[in-house]
Amino acid sequence: MMQWLKNLPEMDLMRSEKMTFVQLIIPVESAHRAVSYLGELGLLQFRDLNDDKSPFQRTFVNQVKRCAEMSRKLRFLKDQINKAGLLSSALPTLQSDVDLEALESQLADHEHELIEMNANSEKLQQTYNELLEFKMVLQKAGSFLISGKSYESAEGRELDENVYPSDYPESDSTSLLEQATQSGPSNSSGLRFISGIIPKSKVLFFERMLFRATRGNLLFNQAPADELIMDHVSSEMVEKTIFVVFFSGEQAKTKILKICEAFGANCYPVPEDLTKQTQITQEVSLRLSELETTLDVGIRHRNAALHSIGVHLSIWMNMVKREKAVFDTLNMLNFDVTKKCLVGEGWCPIFAKPQIQEALQRATFDSNSQIGIIFHVMDSVESPPTYFRTNTFTNAYQEIVDAYGVAKYQEANPAVYTVITFPFLFAVMFGDWGHGICLLLGALILIAREGKLSSQKLGSFMEMLFGGRYVLLLMSLFSIYCGLIYNEFFSVPYHIFGDSAYRCRDDSCSDAHTVGLIKYRDAYPFGVDPSWRGSRSELPFLNSLKMKMSILFGVAQMNLGIMLSYFNSIFFNNSLDIRYQFIPQMIFLNSLFGYLSLLIIIKWCTGSQADLYHVMIYMFLSPFDDLGENELFWGQRPLQIVLLLSALVAVPWMLFPKPFILRKLHAERFQGRTYGVLRSSEMDIDSEPGSARHHEEEFNFSEVFVHQMIHSIEFVLGSVSNTASYLRLWALSLAHSELSTVFYEKVLLLAWGYENILIRMVGLAVFAFATAFILLMMETLSAFLHALRLHWVEFQNKFYGGDGYKFKPFSFAALADDED
Amino acid sequence: MYGFEAMTFNIHGGYLEAIVRGHRSGLLTAADYNNLCQCETLDDIKMHLSATEYGPYLQNEPSPLHTTTIVEKCTLKLVDEYKHMLCQATEPMSTFLEYITYGHMIDNVVLIVTGTLHERDVQELLEKCHPLGMFDSIATLAVAQNMRELYRLVLVDTPLAPYFSECITSEDLDDMNIEIMRNTLYKAYLEDFYRFCQKLGGATAEIMSDLLAFEADRRAVNITINSIGTELTRDDRRKLYSSFGLLYPYGHEELAVCEDIDQVRGVMEKYPPYQPIFSKLSYGESQMLDKAFYEEEVKRLCLSFEQQFHYGVFFAYMRLKEQEIRNLMWISECVAQNQKSRVHDSVVFIF
Repeated sequence: MMQWLKNLPEMDLMRSEKMTFVQLIIPVESAHRAVSYLGELGLLQFRDLNDDKSPFQRTFVNQVKRCAEMSRKLRFLKDQINKAGLLSSALPTLQSDVDLEALESQLADHEHELIEMNANSEKLQQTYNELLEFKMVLQKAGSFLISGKSYESAEGRELDENVYPSDYPESDSTSLLEQATQSGPSNSSGLRFISGIIPKSKVLFFERMLFRATRGNLLFNQAPADELIMDHVSSEMVEKTIFVVFFSGEQAKTKILKICEAFGANCYPVPEDLTKQTQITQEVSLRLSELETTLDVGIRHRNAALHSIGVHLSIWMNMVKREKAVFDTLNMLNFDVTKKCLVGEGWCPIFAKPQIQEALQRATFDSNSQIGIIFHVMDSVESPPTYFRTNTFTNAYQEIVDAYGVAKYQEANPAVYTVITFPFLFAVMFGDWGHGICLLLGALILIAREGKLSSQKLGSFMEMLFGGRYVLLLMSLFSIYCGLIYNEFFSVPYHIFGDSAYRCRDDSCSDAHTVGLIKYRDAYPFGVDPSWRGSRSELPFLNSLKMKMSILFGVAQMNLGIMLSYFNSIFFNNSLDIRYQFIPQMIFLNSLFGYLSLLIIIKWCTGSQADLYHVMIYMFLSPFDDLGENELFWGQRPLQIVLLLSALVAVPWMLFPKPFILRKLHAERFQGRTYGVLRSSEMDIDSEPGSARHHEEEFNFSEVFVHQMIHSIEFVLGSVSNTASYLRLWALSLAHSELSTVFYEKVLLLAWGYENILIRMVGLAVFAFATAFILLMMETLSAFLHALRLHWVEFQNKFYGGDGYKFKPFSFAALADDED
Repeated sequence: MYGFEAMTFNIHGGYLEAIVRGHRSGLLTAADYNNLCQCETLDDIKMHLSATEYGPYLQNEPSPLHTTTIVEKCTLKLVDEYKHMLCQATEPMSTFLEYITYGHMIDNVVLIVTGTLHERDVQELLEKCHPLGMFDSIATLAVAQNMRELYRLVLVDTPLAPYFSECITSEDLDDMNIEIMRNTLYKAYLEDFYRFCQKLGGATAEIMSDLLAFEADRRAVNITINSIGTELTRDDRRKLYSSFGLLYPYGHEELAVCEDIDQVRGVMEKYPPYQPIFSKLSYGESQMLDKAFYEEEVKRLCLSFEQQFHYGVFFAYMRLKEQEIRNLMWISECVAQNQKSRVHDSVVFIF
């Protein structure tokens, strides 16, 4: 038996890859190339040897800084491209194999050029904005002035001065200003006005402030601007309002100007003379159109520059990212004493050793180094990382297991079984071949468009769905299978496998629901007989079936779990665990629940009327009493007594021996060694170096004992509660079939009873929505979660440690994935 | 409900308390400071900070860095966090959070008024203002010529208006007046904040009264020390002390008549909580007093995180973060000016 087990072919997925701890001694001149080749290979996980150093004390900090600076420039360029609304076409033009120095200077040039261009266009834009504002002020304020004039003439005063802000900023418009200044002969008394433009959001506050500052001695007119104007700080389009303030007095003027400045209002002079107004308006419009063409040319030029950058951008970004990763990795290496070599340590799978060696040789050759790279295996105290080689199909299942905890190095991997048991347990809860077909279609669509979908960026929900497409495929296939067994198609039974085994007593079929049907031929060949549907005993029959089935599945899966713990003990050569953990556990579980499963099967085969609850309960309460009519087979009572006794014996068996034996072993090992100081040096001599340090740990008996106690109690209580937990298979499957019955009968059939086409359509729509959202989405999710729980808790706690850590090789491919 | 915060606090405050505690665990630790103190250039500082919570705020800064950029970006992070919390907060927490910024508002008002008095450019002054203490019409402060105008034009719209009622005079603004105004405003603010916290009750009142009392006492000591040798009369000086805190009222009587630093020390040593602060200083020294006070404050602020279900953590977090920014500013200045021997002079470790 043992031999046979050992000679089984190795399963790839069952045990994680054998890892080995390696040391690399790389000459400085070939270090960069070697590391980048290893990054392309992606099969070596470097260990950080400079853990105690802060990032800026490491060797290659300057290179890392340069890369960071370059990626900042690249981000800036990308940002500019996005702002300009250009799509950075991801055409991989593979011609450019620029080296880093060239790229750095190139990037600096591009950035410089762009910044200059931006500054220029910003200046132009600002001038343009000001002219635009001036034009609007001219148009709007002109009308105020006219109305103001009529008002003023009624008052008998004269409006005779315009005030021009002294800080009109643009030198371009000096000619305009001069003209305007000439037009306003100053007069220190009388009514003056200031006109300008201000963002709309500030108007109310502005007006209030003006009112307060001048104590109400002013007239405020406003009108909304027709066009949106770009705000040069945030470069957003803002709504603005044109205002004209009439006031009197020199002091008020300074105050108002200060307030305008504080509120960011731009003031523009408006001549009161109508002819001059039109003249200036014309001039402004002329300049505006001129500026517009200049701006257009500028933008076109800039876009062309950006476009030429955009072609290379993604390649450059990728390159800089790789380069940074290489230097980050180089920073993990140590200098040896001579400062001529870099020393690195790390983990790699054993199968990858030739590949790594080949890559290192290539690196030595390509960098014309005199000395080759030394690559050798070392011993390590740490436990190695866990690495499973998965494919697209098994990856999703491995992810499901890893979500609970990454397997310890070389521990039995539950993912092997999860591939089938997970979709199957899901399907037990989701048994309906109509719904199964819907899921299957979804899964097939995802798989058919695999190539296209995997390259594009999906939303988080779609990402999840796409990642689990093969899980979904198997789940849907199994639900079709289970649906056929349950004989449910959107809760409607079909006579696929021939006629029902039952028929009515007479032709009228009037007493079918009161008295029942009679069986007239052999049992329905596959699954549940369609005649059960709608009958009075439908629920009791199906419940009993599904409940018993759940217990059978549960006991089977838990036994598999305990068996895996046996395989683990064999693999790790731990006979103690087999004798004092695996055997009593097996006995305990099977003498109680294995026996229950046996009873279920016997009951099914013999068609006995025995009450299994009664049998199980009185097995504990009064094991010596006669079973009476509940006896299923000969010799049941003595068997029960034996089973009960063995279960009782199994509990102390798994609790006591192991900690005591461990203590004894420990005492033997350190017999006579009373001085702790010497221990470690002796240990190194007489035992193998790999395991030496593990034994140095203090053996704490009470801790070990408490641990064992917790473990045993957990198992004993757990075997009851875990079996009960598998009843969720029954409960969810019941809920699913009841829900779909309700939607079918109470919505679709009810609506179909009406002649009205409208009601029928509404009924159909409601049915379709309920099926899609409640049954196909919510129910799938809930069945998925329950299947997940059954695997994580009920199955895996029998054997799975899950306290390993993942193998994270230094790889460029993973780097690219990271960013996405 | 007094004493029953645990039952109801999480309805409105649970999320934000979780947020603020999360932010707190992002504060730089002593190990971070040790690393920062070893930096040779500002780029090193940036590199180190990019591994902390500040990373995203500094990563897009082009390379010749300045101290001001670092401080600006770090402050920006604080402001973003504050704004996020304020958006999520409901009454009365939102009012509480707003109260925290009034101190900055007072400082900004004083900064602008002093600046305009010395004829500095308003835009330049605005850049120097703390972003937490900004309000809409702050630039208009430059228009005002005296206190009355200041109030009537601008401050009447701000939350500071009630605090101003005590110091409205039509005197022209000068340095002395402004300083008195700052302290009067601060006094009124602290008293108001204290009353507000008492009204909230529960653990908030308990913890905030301790923190605010410390703040008030520290201000009292600072006012006393700064006013020694100026023309401020004793009565005026006493008017600037807040009417709560450990020193109120008898300590204030004594502080008001102090004529030199050693007298202040004599007064303060009568109060057991302040004794260790002063016992560390040698006689006649007032330079290190600020740092001693900061250290004590940080200790108290950190302690407030030990209790749950109160608003004090928000106040404490904002203060700790400001201290952290001060630390960063000091370290970067020292690094930028090659004064690395003085790095430890003013850095207050938070953890």
